[in-house]
Amino acid sequence: MIPAAFDYVRADSIDALLATLTEHGDEAKILAGGMSLLPLMKLRLAVPTVLVDAGRLDELRYVRDGGDHLAIGALTRHRDLETNDLLGAECGVVRAVAAEVGDNQVRHRGTIGGSVAHGDAASDLPAVLLALDADFVIRGPAGERVVPATEFFRGFLETALAPDELLTEIRVPKSGSNGFAYEKFNRRAQDWAIVGSVAVRAGGTTRVGLVNMGSIPLRGRAVEAALANGASPADAAEAAAEGTDPSADINATSEYRAHLARVLTRRALEAIG
Amino acid sequence: MHRVTICQYPRMQIAMTVNGAEQSHDVEPRTLLVQYLREPAGLTGTKVGCDTSSCGACTVLVDGESVKSCTMLAAQADGSTITTIEGLADGPNWHAVQQAFHEHHGLQCGYCTAGMIMAAVGFLDENPDPTDREVRLGLEGNLCRCTGYQNIVAAVLGAAETMQAAK
Repeated sequence: MIPAAFDYVRADSIDALLATLTEHGDEAKILAGGMSLLPLMKLRLAVPTVLVDAGRLDELRYVRDGGDHLAIGALTRHRDLETNDLLGAECGVVRAVAAEVGDNQVRHRGTIGGSVAHGDAASDLPAVLLALDADFVIRGPAGERVVPATEFFRGFLETALAPDELLTEIRVPKSGSNGFAYEKFNRRAQDWAIVGSVAVRAGGTTRVGLVNMGSIPLRGRAVEAALANGASPADAAEAAAEGTDPSADINATSEYRAHLARVLTRRALEAIG
Repeated sequence: MHRVTICQYPRMQIAMTVNGAEQSHDVEPRTLLVQYLREPAGLTGTKVGCDTSSCGACTVLVDGESVKSCTMLAAQADGSTITTIEGLADGPNWHAVQQAFHEHHGLQCGYCTAGMIMAAVGFLDENPDPTDREVRLGLEGNLCRCTGYQNIVAAVLGAAETMQAAK
């Protein structure tokens, strides 16, 4: 399968990339690692006429201490995340879940920013970032803006990003090296999660993020509320499917996904004790 | 009137070092790395399997890291150093991973083998002394539909031992 023809522009700076986006509007797509976009282009579900390759913008490949948070450059690869000691010490859940994305080859190319910007509810990291109340830093022609994760994911593969904007940085709170668990259910090792559930303690509360339980990554708000009211992990997890809208496909019915959400959330909550 | 229309697709010049040899070609930007390696570069050892980045048959090393070359544009590899299965042996001497696949019979039909070996070479570079479990996780991106996994894992563990002993 070969993508439809396109003009290829390799961006050598953020400003040059933004200028190209401004010039071509929604005809253009940003290419990061390509692990989500290239398969869509090969299936011709995405047919950009201009492909702007951000892959050489090494200034967006970092994990830095930002004081009360960690700042992760959007082009930081999953492999960088899963081997980063600062991330392991200060926000271990992101490091651990990055190691669960795809397989070695995919993690060598795929980036955290690409995964977030793609906005797939079945991806591992977006639900984790949602649970952490991460902030996303976005650059566009009008300058920089910061969008909280709770307002970023809008609909099926739709995010707050405008066609002329670039996600540059992800900011995560310092949630520590432990106090988290990610439970992912899939049929083959490297597959997307049929359902996933992450539980993480941050800012004095326990948060829950759900993978593939609707058209966007979701917070397990009902579970969080139950826990805050003193419910046991097992009782709180019974609320995991509340407010979700899981799809039905070849892997699972909606009811089965709801069942998985309850079971996986219980396991994740029990794991962090 | 008979009229012939020739479509003018965009083209670009790319250059990379493949198995130690510098080369440069004029390609369409949409050319996949695997297509580039098999066609203009003439290296057909790298296989196209599923073509959806699931099976790993197309695995090559880009700047030393394993990638699935069906899901990377040749343009993204412009300026990089590529190693394919053809670049592993040193003259008549096989690479330790090739030798181990031979000795442990780490293949049946052989279609996944080039990708399996390249993934193993990249993995052992990152984790030179792995456990059985780590080998299995390290190769999760490579499928063998003959399901010859036992011997493949044994081969990778054997290669790790040989390579550690040679250090």
